[in-house]
Amino acid sequence: MARAVTPQRKAINTAAAWAVGLLIFFPILWTILTSFKTEATAIADPPVFLAFDWTLENYGVVMERSNYGRFLWNSIIIAGGSTLLGIIIAVPAAWSMAFVPSKRTKDILMWMLSTKMLPAVGVLYPIYLLFIKMGLLDTKFGLVIVLMLINLPIIVWMLYTYFKEIPGEILEAARMDGASLKEEVIHILTPMAVPGIASTILLNVILAWNEAFWTLNLTAAKAAPLTAFIASYSSPEGLFYAKLSAASTMAIAPILILGWFSQKQLVSGLTFGAVK
Amino acid sequence: MSLKNALRAATALTVLTTSATFAETLTIATVNNGDMIRMQGLTDDFTAKTGHEVEWVTLEENVLRQRVTTDISTKGGAFDIMTIGMYETPIWGANGWLVPLDNLSEDYDVADILPAMAGGLSHDGTLYAAPFYGESSMIMYRTDLMEKAGLEMPDAPSWEFIRDAAAAMTDRENEINGICLRGKAGWGEGGALITAMSNSFGARWFDMDWNAQFDTEAWANTLNFYKGMMDASGPAGYATNGFNENLSLFQQGKCGMWIDATVAASFVTNPNDSTVADSVGFALAPDNGLGKRANWLWAWALAIPAGTQKQDAALQFIEWATSKDYIELVAAKEGWANVPPGARISLYENPNYQEVPFAQMTLDSILSADPNNSTVEPSPYVGVQFAAIPEFAGIATEVSQEFSAAYAGQQTVEEALEKAQALTNDAMEAAGYR
Repeated sequence: MARAVTPQRKAINTAAAWAVGLLIFFPILWTILTSFKTEATAIADPPVFLAFDWTLENYGVVMERSNYGRFLWNSIIIAGGSTLLGIIIAVPAAWSMAFVPSKRTKDILMWMLSTKMLPAVGVLYPIYLLFIKMGLLDTKFGLVIVLMLINLPIIVWMLYTYFKEIPGEILEAARMDGASLKEEVIHILTPMAVPGIASTILLNVILAWNEAFWTLNLTAAKAAPLTAFIASYSSPEGLFYAKLSAASTMAIAPILILGWFSQKQLVSGLTFGAVK
Repeated sequence: MSLKNALRAATALTVLTTSATFAETLTIATVNNGDMIRMQGLTDDFTAKTGHEVEWVTLEENVLRQRVTTDISTKGGAFDIMTIGMYETPIWGANGWLVPLDNLSEDYDVADILPAMAGGLSHDGTLYAAPFYGESSMIMYRTDLMEKAGLEMPDAPSWEFIRDAAAAMTDRENEINGICLRGKAGWGEGGALITAMSNSFGARWFDMDWNAQFDTEAWANTLNFYKGMMDASGPAGYATNGFNENLSLFQQGKCGMWIDATVAASFVTNPNDSTVADSVGFALAPDNGLGKRANWLWAWALAIPAGTQKQDAALQFIEWATSKDYIELVAAKEGWANVPPGARISLYENPNYQEVPFAQMTLDSILSADPNNSTVEPSPYVGVQFAAIPEFAGIATEVSQEFSAAYAGQQTVEEALEKAQALTNDAMEAAGYR
């Protein structure tokens, strides 16, 4: 029997949830506010919250100086491409681990995850040399491959967790009705795991969008995504905080909008199977 | 069509075809500093003159350093021109990673480059990078606060004067700190300041056998003086302040004095950004009567990596960007105060530039720094605020972390120096110097 929640308790919980939410969102809000300030107001002490002369000048300067469209397009291709490729590879891998596990399945899963523990800089030179040899330096294709490989363990783990929640009997029934392996995965398993796959896609798009080590180190002018766009406004010798904030706001806006509109799917996917 | 017209048309067509055939697209890696951004905005002038297009890769200084080091050491060829500093140039030149700039045109007038800059950007007498702008460090101070304290800043003050003036100018109630200095960990941040300062106290990083010298009295004097003065007259949390934090404090009127890069002079005197623009004076970095001042020497320079396939076009760009004509171009478009400073002798002979309030002090500061003879006692390295050896960046970053911990009160100065001595000797032994 569910416990009764008093209105006071509900109000406290709501207020606490809002407080935590605002606390987490505050750095983003501050970045957005700073982007509308002048450089002098941006460094004012004490800081000015809302009572300042709002200006769009920083956005104008950023748009004039940088080819935002190209950076954005590169980010879309790299984040989308790496996620899509990862899903195509991870769905069959997670299916086999969830429904036809071997003695070593758990070890393989742990090993896959352990690759995430290696500091990226430790393999920078080998990967860089490989990229030179294969002509992949400063190409979107090269970054799609690298980011797919980096995020593949997470994709496989997430899908494996979702697939484990799906009763194996349903797949057995499909097999008894004559479904081939391909039909079983595409027509039975995948539709049932749509919330899980959707949240995996969203999470990996976010991870790939924000990835700033490989995207900075393996690109120059042609394939550089929005992480390089932000980095171009950071300076240890000069106060360009307002312009940096404008560039950051422009870089995170697409992913914030995507997250806002898909929050329902994201939450339902992340809590999939959490309550039985 | 007459024969004459036909010939004219054919010639024009040939010129157009030739320039189209040889027109290249150069990829240039650079930092996000004001002068570099200005250069990006003027690139059309270069394209109009040569037909070559330019693609810019602008990165934060530390990211750029890592990015270009990876590329040049693997001969990746991602960039046709790199913006590098005085620290990397002689090391990379010695490694054969850079194209020697020994065939610059006569019009370029290579003899016009300030000797201190040319020397710091050369290896074995060969120039490997052309200075885009050069800088030293100097004292920027509030003339109104100095007057209020009843003091007059000499052109070449001593550390003792600076300490006493800082104490006299400090007004905690009104949030005015007598002096703001870098304390942030990092070889190019607090590490640069304390190394330049140590030179004036008679300290050095290594003796002639590459033994660390942090166990000497000169280093103890340097750190104790710095910490004593900053604890008494510096801003709260100075151990984490770098260039930008101090610039912000100074522009808001919260520093009586600030010893830092000469390029900051144009920021603090710009009324759009600085609340104290009309009351800033300049003086040489302090000394201790030992013959060395506490100012550094640095240049952001343009170099051609050995891996590029577009050497000729890259050289054309470097000649354009570091030429006398480029300085004239910037002056015409943005005024003389905004031209890239510290690279050419002729700039300081120009009467228009002599009217810029910080021009002469910048030149004097640059001229008083000698990268080949930066310490009181002899040292085996080149460089004022660094030692031009590949291991220095890593070692100095660790050493400056120990120093910052001492500034923050997490350990004593003696402990910090002991750790610095041990880690430096260990690293130098591992690298085969000892």
